[in-house]
Amino acid sequence: MSLPRRILLALAAPVVALVVALAMSSVVLILSGSNPLEAFGDMIGHASRLETMVDILNRATPLYIAAVAVAIGFRMNLFNIGVEGQYLLAALVAAHVGALVNLPGPLRIVFILLVAMAVGAAYSGFAGVLKVTRGINEVISTIMLTAIAISGLVAYLIREWQAGGAIQGGVARVGTTPIPQSGLIPNLNSVLEFFTREIGQGKQLTGVLVIAILVGIGYHVLVNRTRFGFDLRASGINPFAAQVGGVPAKRMVVSAMVLSGAVAGLVGMAEINQVGFFPANPIKGLGFTGIAVALLGRNHPAGIILAALIFAFLDVSSGVLQFTGAASREIVVIMQGVIILAAVVAYEVARRARERQEAKSAAEALGDVKPSEEAA
Amino acid sequence: MAAAIELSGITKRFPGVVANDQVNLTVEEGEIHAICGENGAGKSTLMKILYGMQLADSGTMKVHGREVRFVSPTEAIAAGIGMVHQHFMLADQLTVLENVILGAEPTKALGRINFEAARKHLREVGQAYGLTIDPEDLIEELEVGERQRVEIIKVLYRGAKILILDEPTAVLVPQEVEELFRNMRGLKEDGATILFIDHKLDEVLAIADTITVLRDGKTVATVKPHEVTAHDLAELMVGSELPTPETTESTVTDQVALDVDSVTVLDEEDRVLVDDVTFRIHRGEVVGIAGVEGNGQSELVDAILGTRLVHRGSIKLMGEDITVLPVRERRERGIGYIPQDRHREGLLLTAPLWENAALGHQTQEPFVNGIFIDRTGSKTRTEHIRKEFDVRTPNVDVHAHALSGGNQQKLIVGREMTAGPIVLLAAHPTRGIDVGAQGEVWDDIRLARSKGMATLLISADLDELIGLSDTIVVMLRGRLVATLDPAKVSPRELGAYMTGAKEGAA
Repeated sequence: MSLPRRILLALAAPVVALVVALAMSSVVLILSGSNPLEAFGDMIGHASRLETMVDILNRATPLYIAAVAVAIGFRMNLFNIGVEGQYLLAALVAAHVGALVNLPGPLRIVFILLVAMAVGAAYSGFAGVLKVTRGINEVISTIMLTAIAISGLVAYLIREWQAGGAIQGGVARVGTTPIPQSGLIPNLNSVLEFFTREIGQGKQLTGVLVIAILVGIGYHVLVNRTRFGFDLRASGINPFAAQVGGVPAKRMVVSAMVLSGAVAGLVGMAEINQVGFFPANPIKGLGFTGIAVALLGRNHPAGIILAALIFAFLDVSSGVLQFTGAASREIVVIMQGVIILAAVVAYEVARRARERQEAKSAAEALGDVKPSEEAA
Repeated sequence: MAAAIELSGITKRFPGVVANDQVNLTVEEGEIHAICGENGAGKSTLMKILYGMQLADSGTMKVHGREVRFVSPTEAIAAGIGMVHQHFMLADQLTVLENVILGAEPTKALGRINFEAARKHLREVGQAYGLTIDPEDLIEELEVGERQRVEIIKVLYRGAKILILDEPTAVLVPQEVEELFRNMRGLKEDGATILFIDHKLDEVLAIADTITVLRDGKTVATVKPHEVTAHDLAELMVGSELPTPETTESTVTDQVALDVDSVTVLDEEDRVLVDDVTFRIHRGEVVGIAGVEGNGQSELVDAILGTRLVHRGSIKLMGEDITVLPVRERRERGIGYIPQDRHREGLLLTAPLWENAALGHQTQEPFVNGIFIDRTGSKTRTEHIRKEFDVRTPNVDVHAHALSGGNQQKLIVGREMTAGPIVLLAAHPTRGIDVGAQGEVWDDIRLARSKGMATLLISADLDELIGLSDTIVVMLRGRLVATLDPAKVSPRELGAYMTGAKEGAA
């Protein structure tokens, strides 16, 4: 199959999914007495403003990292459903330790990142160890470890480590000891403003965006270009063939979980660097949404970018709908759900179409060979 | 009287292939009719159409003179057609009776299963067709031949008068085949019509009343067994000269490549799967293991490859102990592997061919460059395999599932051979591929053997085993029970050893 055709087929599925989601959301909007055109118009109009774009990028950044964390597991048929707990715990510990340690600015930044990755890796790796030594399914262990992390460890530690707070946007927020300004990743406002205009409303484009990009590149190179990635994908496609091909199955499970957790540990960096400490009421749900984003993005490093942007756009739009009153903000949750459902169906249809295409082109390529020659 | 089945002009196309091309087939009432043909000749597709699993694109189908069109097996069953699949569809944990009635349970009040009625009907069916089996036996306790009988009874229980048997002898040893044939003759006497697929020609000649040969999706001949020889039939199937598995002169050296010493393998429940097995393979030698499936052969291979723990004993490769090495290190030291199930253990079906060519060798040149996969090197090597081993594919970027079974097998054989293994573990290397590809695989093994490769060959095809091996050992219940000279043993004798009917010196 030719390359343009392949790309077309790859893009057809998500586009169809989006169209179906739009159609179904319109039906819901009409049924609930709203005007879909007005609602969508408000959403798009809002999103075309620079400040909203900054919001969308800020939202997409942690979603992207979370989705990559999930995708690493998916490539090996491991379902790390516990990114949620891993990132919250990692961010809390990293913020706390990072504020207390005495290191010069850039080193402190690196230190915080490393601690976050280590905590995420350890917490997720534990599920991997449980799987290979005790045969516990990682779906069960990661979700339970998440419950322990969120309502147990994080809830307890945030009280233990609470140290004052700060007034932000007129709201008092409490949390861990604030990290010195020099230990925070600088925002990218100057970079963005170089291309556009001055960003208003005190919005800041998160510097963690750079980390997300590095994570994406690293993910692509690791999975698609290295031997480790080959072993990982082979184990995901066919664990039996991978095993007789010399891939150490157990070690791969633990490695994949450790890696997934390490990336998950970075999800919370966006918030810490924006707030300056780990807040007592952090943004939750990024890990779970990350699963949906990874699904929509087909575990593909570039696909996940698009998926993260779409989800971030919808998240940010929910605010504007409430503001303009064009529709209920819950419509975006419905849209997110429908997009995922439609995408899963569309991807499967596209996969079958591609397989048929391939079998056909393989057969066509051999069509000039007579069976009698084949037997000779 | 109208024929039991009359197919005319049946055509079925799949994307890029015509599986059945104007096929005509007439099966008389009460006869045993064999369908012969290479893999990919369209036999299975034809049977699936007849059984309602697939719809023909064109052509007509008549059963007992009435034109029919089945869109599901249910309709075929209603018309009195039953099919016994090659791979048994039985629930191991249920009894014979429960399996037979599964999906057609007679019920009494409140939806309870009426086991008495079922048992009675089963007994009637058994008596009518002279098939005996204890309805209370658990399937998992039955031999392969008995399981097959359960499948046949299952079909008869549903009232089938026309039976389709898909390669019924593929899973049986010679003695079981004879039992099956006795049963088939009995069924015929009791009024059943049997249509069966087979490509073992001596069997076909022994049992069939009429033989139809398919080639390339077309019916090429319908013959009576007394009119033709096995050789004639084979040429009809292939359409040209036949390859033989015979190896000419011995290339055995006195250098031991693989030394398996008193190896015992246990399963999770400490049952003995491989029992104190000792043998050696020299460079340039092919050692064939004969045995009915499930007698420890695959576990022995697993142990040598390293996917199964050796409980006792040692394995040496070129004099070095590899008993506890991980799979990867064994493969790097020169163990090649052709798995018996290429889809399960041999391929990444949804990955491109060049990645498949790297599988198992991804730590070695030319597939790797430091920690990175060498894509150029891998693709060049795959191109080489494609040419040398005649893998029919448009390019090396297509996914493995797009290839036919024979071409997939050639890719696997090519991948293992090109790596130049010291010891090749070949489990059923030609299973399920057509005669042409089979001959090529044999040639490949013979060539590598002459260059000093040591081969452990496991095969259910006794002709292949006798033709390729320098030494044959027989494995029964985990033990090596006989060592035989392939030049002096017939498939029949081998079968006797395999079932324990005959004993020899190990």
